[in-house]
Amino acid sequence: MNNRTQEITVGTMDAAKLLAIRSFTRKNSTLGFNRDKLVETILMLNAAIFILAIAAISLFILIRGLPLIFKVGITDFLLQLEWNPTAGSFGIGTMLAGTLAVTLTALLWAVPMGLATSIFMVELAPPRIGTLMGSLVELLAGIPSVVYGFFGLIVIIPFIRNYLGGSGLSVLAGAIVLGVMILPTIINISRDAIAAVPLDYKVGSLALGASHYQSIRRVILPAARSGIITAIILGMGRAIGETMAVVMVTGNSTIIPHSILSPTRTMTSNIVLEMGYASGDHQAALFATGVVLFIFIVILNLVVNLTLKAGKNYGAN
Amino acid sequence: MVPTKDKEKILTAIFWLLALIIVGILFSLIAYIAVRGLPGLSMDFILQAPSRAGKEGGISTTILGTLYLTAVALFLAVPLGVAAAIYLEEYARPDSKFAWLVNLTAETLAGIPSIIFGLFGFVFFVIFLGLGWSIISGALTLAFMVLPTITRTAQEAILSVPREYRENSLALGAGKWQTVCRVVIPPALPGIITGIILSIGRAVGETAAIILTAGSSLNMPLSLSDSTRTMSVHLYLLAMEGVSMERAFSTAFLIIILIIIINYLANLSLKRLAVNN
Repeated sequence: MNNRTQEITVGTMDAAKLLAIRSFTRKNSTLGFNRDKLVETILMLNAAIFILAIAAISLFILIRGLPLIFKVGITDFLLQLEWNPTAGSFGIGTMLAGTLAVTLTALLWAVPMGLATSIFMVELAPPRIGTLMGSLVELLAGIPSVVYGFFGLIVIIPFIRNYLGGSGLSVLAGAIVLGVMILPTIINISRDAIAAVPLDYKVGSLALGASHYQSIRRVILPAARSGIITAIILGMGRAIGETMAVVMVTGNSTIIPHSILSPTRTMTSNIVLEMGYASGDHQAALFATGVVLFIFIVILNLVVNLTLKAGKNYGAN
Repeated sequence: MVPTKDKEKILTAIFWLLALIIVGILFSLIAYIAVRGLPGLSMDFILQAPSRAGKEGGISTTILGTLYLTAVALFLAVPLGVAAAIYLEEYARPDSKFAWLVNLTAETLAGIPSIIFGLFGFVFFVIFLGLGWSIISGALTLAFMVLPTITRTAQEAILSVPREYRENSLALGAGKWQTVCRVVIPPALPGIITGIILSIGRAVGETAAIILTAGSSLNMPLSLSDSTRTMSVHLYLLAMEGVSMERAFSTAFLIIILIIIINYLANLSLKRLAVNN
């Protein structure tokens, strides 16, 4: 069949489709009731569950937490170091410091490691090994946080206690466990970003005489930048919000950590440790801790969803 | 100065080493827990109810509690999540503000830590709706947590169905909903199932949100209003309160086995999706 006849056939097919669709819609609407429209409305209401969920979660946590924050005063609540809820002192300064210390230390090793692994998986490993690594990383992501916490408690804490000193329950233990837990997030997102860089970029760079590593460093990584930043921010969000693993290995003292070997308490640990028996203002203070955590996480997610993802599409222009 | 060629060889070696370390971390974790957990793992451990706060007996009630919670949560979340995905991919216009907002809130929901879900579940289901620490409170909370996973994987599965399928179906005179049910969903089904399997994994491992909403009772869970304890919560309490390390290892090992099986099944059904389309 030559091109001309093919074109005509395709044209006729489209016309036939159009006719069929039109006659169907007409038939449907003469019934006086459009079933497809009804289905669409029902599905739309289902989709609205996400908007409702975010609205309900924000509303209920803010209602329970905000009054106490205003009663104590925003700066006092955030920066006061005294947490003695039964005596009426509600300052989460030590926990803000704890969350920051554990999260940043975890990012310090997990980001380079995760980035290197994703470069390895896309650019350096033989395809079979890259795929195998992919499934192993999936498994790493699937292991529950309480299992990581348990492993940290049993293996990492005695190790730190015996070789580095202190009780072992420490910022370092938290950072090691958290780092492993955020590796899959960092690896998966930056791997996708690196794999999405058009082949032309790499081929062009190689053709200009750059070596493979020079191309990775000067061409591929810069092109994948926004995806890599997304990976780091989402990894950070995961680290800030992680609870069970951290509560099991950091010792949970409400002090400002003065070294990576000193114990600490994060905001998430504070909630899960005391929620079981708290009441009144004490309970409100735990919700207020949740408010601070929630605001952190929502800001990180909005940064990713509203700014970074916008710049991700190559070749759209 | 080291020549560039040698430098690059060293660099390659470092990359291989880092990748090996990650594999090493995973295997040492699984191997260590397997070696310490295997001796205590027996049919009795799985089938007997715990006694003396878990110091003796097995973990049967926590296994049942996990199953019960997961089943109820999925029963609530799967229809909602899949319907939302169908709406977003098949019905919403690409420039729809509503769809944009749904996608944005779904992404945000996926990023919310479990402890926040726990707080919400506690204040809304346990207190405000008066459901108490119960399976239904826990399952409702869990349903919110797995919704984004279900919707997102279903969206990807629906997207992977070739456009021509829909056009041909419409051309044959089928309606929109008929096309979705008979032509789009069947080939997308393995992808949707992958999302469900991944959600089961999340439910099995979830701890923080469950403690705050379903409590930690070791009794046999019967009705939806009973408090219960999942395997993960049990592991946490066994280890943190120093009840029994031996039983904690066996529980952790059982959780890891479950997660490995769940991951394997999820991959299997993803492969099916690739074959279908």
